[in-house]
Amino acid sequence: MAQTNSFGQTSNGEADDSPNMLVYRKMEDLIARMQDEKTGIPIRTVKSFLSKIPSVFSGSDIVQWLVKNLTIEDQVEALHLGTLMAAHGYFFPISDHVLTLKDDGTFYRFQTPYFWPSNCWEPENTDYAVYLCKRTMQNKARLELADYEAESLARLQRAFARKWEFIFMQAEAQAKVDKKRDKIERKILDSQERAFWDVHRPVSVYGLQNDIRSHSPTHTPAPEAKQPTVEELQEQIKFWQAQLDRHRLKMSKVAEGLLGYTEQYADYDPFLSTPDPSNPWISDDTTFWELEASKEPTQSRVKRWGFRMDEVLKDPAGREQFLKFLESEFSSENLRFWLAVQELKRRPIREVPSRVQEIWQEFLAPGAPSAINVDSKSYDKTTQNVKDPGRYAFEDAQEHIYMLMKSDSYSRFIRSSAYQELLQAKKKVGPSTLSTKP
Amino acid sequence: NFCVIFITFEGFLSRAGEANFPLAKMAAQEVQPSETIAKLKSESEALKTKLEEERAKLHDVELHQVAEKVDPLGQFVMKTRRTLKGHGNKVLCMDWCKDKRRIVSSSQDGKVIVWDAFTTNKEHAVTMPCTWVMACAYAPSGCAVACGGLDNKCSVYPLSLDKNENLAAKKKSVAMHTNYLSACSFTNSDMQILTSSGDGTCALWDVESGQLLQSFHGHAADVLCLDLAPSETGNTFVSGGCDKKANVWDMRSGQCIQSFETHESDINSVRYYPSGDAFASGSDDATCRLYDLRADREVAIYSKESIIFGASSVDFSLSGRLLFGGYNDYTINVWDVLKGTRVSILFGHENRVSTLRVSPDGTAFCSGSWDHTLRVRE
Repeated sequence: MAQTNSFGQTSNGEADDSPNMLVYRKMEDLIARMQDEKTGIPIRTVKSFLSKIPSVFSGSDIVQWLVKNLTIEDQVEALHLGTLMAAHGYFFPISDHVLTLKDDGTFYRFQTPYFWPSNCWEPENTDYAVYLCKRTMQNKARLELADYEAESLARLQRAFARKWEFIFMQAEAQAKVDKKRDKIERKILDSQERAFWDVHRPVSVYGLQNDIRSHSPTHTPAPEAKQPTVEELQEQIKFWQAQLDRHRLKMSKVAEGLLGYTEQYADYDPFLSTPDPSNPWISDDTTFWELEASKEPTQSRVKRWGFRMDEVLKDPAGREQFLKFLESEFSSENLRFWLAVQELKRRPIREVPSRVQEIWQEFLAPGAPSAINVDSKSYDKTTQNVKDPGRYAFEDAQEHIYMLMKSDSYSRFIRSSAYQELLQAKKKVGPSTLSTKP
Repeated sequence: NFCVIFITFEGFLSRAGEANFPLAKMAAQEVQPSETIAKLKSESEALKTKLEEERAKLHDVELHQVAEKVDPLGQFVMKTRRTLKGHGNKVLCMDWCKDKRRIVSSSQDGKVIVWDAFTTNKEHAVTMPCTWVMACAYAPSGCAVACGGLDNKCSVYPLSLDKNENLAAKKKSVAMHTNYLSACSFTNSDMQILTSSGDGTCALWDVESGQLLQSFHGHAADVLCLDLAPSETGNTFVSGGCDKKANVWDMRSGQCIQSFETHESDINSVRYYPSGDAFASGSDDATCRLYDLRADREVAIYSKESIIFGASSVDFSLSGRLLFGGYNDYTINVWDVLKGTRVSILFGHENRVSTLRVSPDGTAFCSGSWDHTLRVRE
């Protein structure tokens, strides 16, 4: 059968750390722990009628072991993990083709490492044909073919009619080798071989086992890393130097920041506080959405504007109120410029050059009707940019204006009587007569 | 010992084929003095080590220690409120519309479906000319969707109100990569799309003309995911790849401005914390991690001994307190972001969870799975 090196190594001998191998190794670590003499699952031989059932343990043994050793709080979770391990074929029910885990006295056996998925077996139909053929040669009731196996054998006989003699010979050879084994050993190996085929030729098309082997076309194996060039290394060095120069904050400060943010927004998080009047997905009532979309903002929406300027800029009603306030202070050109530049960046590239000219004329050109005040450095840079206009022509100016609004106008807006009255819900916001287009 | 006699010639031949050497490349590299390369390499490594030291110096406390003073979360009851059935194959990706109720989803068989998840009605369906449509996104206006996958492209379909209109006829090819499209996202406009690809790059495109506005090079392998920073002034985004790196990019210059490499396997999903100061990642190493941009390091790991399958997709609740992770073991784990503990495990899907997004107003989250269904939960 086609397979990679049995130690999960790629052809260049490096440890294969592809995503699948990572999971196999973790499961195999668990299996190793389960098989530990002292702390593992007790494996025993069970007497049954006239024979013995060697090397088994029960489904609940597995579940209990997982709960205890992986500190799992819920049996359901342990059962789920165990079922996935069974579907991969690491242990199997001795009397069933369907590889699932049951939390009861059903008997299970460990799979031999030779058949582990990490060996990347890709068994072919000829291999399966040899196996099924061999099974028919063994006169044991327990090895009788199941219906689906008999059907498969019939199909394979038709498909490989011309080389059936070859397949038959291989099956005979294997059966001969098997006969020489000790009876108990044979029982165990037969069951393990059957479990291997339960993984690779599962009984049902929709079984869990079938899905396990399915894979995504992504995670293509990384091409062997080429030696970096001198230029690439110089780029890397420049990058690390820039990173070293970066200003970093202490963890304690950063943690306070994260805590502060989540605390501030906890009331707005539908998973933490029930939305008012209800969560539409639970109640089937869309009132909450209608309120949020309304031009008349609720008190809680208005409160949110006070958290940070971005909240005002995100909410259309907030922008409207902020604009109104700025007009009363005769400084609305700042916000209108900021909005215009945002809108510029949303346009198709074809429209950008003409729009840049329009914005320049309106806000920055000498004698502009809505002249904004930017520092001379940004102004000079913008003047240059406008000559070869791109989407970021006004980036420096926009940043300067944003900072200005944030440190100055925004805090006055939040303290203004107009905002405070909205916050106390004393005043209702009617449909605005002002145009909000830049 | 078990003696197995299985012989296939194909296996033998493919092993031999891997032994060819790129002779031309070897010759070219012999021109560059190997001492210079070795010297530069060690300089680069030394700087990288120094950076790790500098980053570690400011690690005066753990996030979960500071979070001890925060009230613990109560018990959550999160039920499936809507199940969307209609895909005939694995669901690979989904995205919410800004109207908080519509969803676009894409699947392995090439179908892209637009649903009103609230009523569970299918509103539009398109069949792509390729399989494995791994990426899809809703336009901010709600009037178009973008999607792509093994066709190496990202295409935009305007959504027509006329049910009889053939959407496929209006399709516009926007992005062109040299390998599969892994993720796509509109910026805050219908006019620009950001894409990531198996070709190791990300790119920003002008939708109307298909022009490449900016490309982003720096990942050493397939890029699997991306997320745009949530700020109103934001010009940055984060990407994650098979090289185990998460990179933060400046959209204007195309430069990588920060890089994090602590995962032990592919990074399948990245998502910004709502304030934009941090982001979370989900990886095939079965962990989710939180990286803070101001601290410039990993600040939390979300993992459990019993979670051994990879995390395929992550997203935050509105306040950033909860992190939802969809995993390849069919479950969804809900994490307390601050305390680092798992608060809930959700079952229900019958195969891998491949995609997970919280709705724009945080009222619910939707998960898509290889079991062909999507579930909306609260």
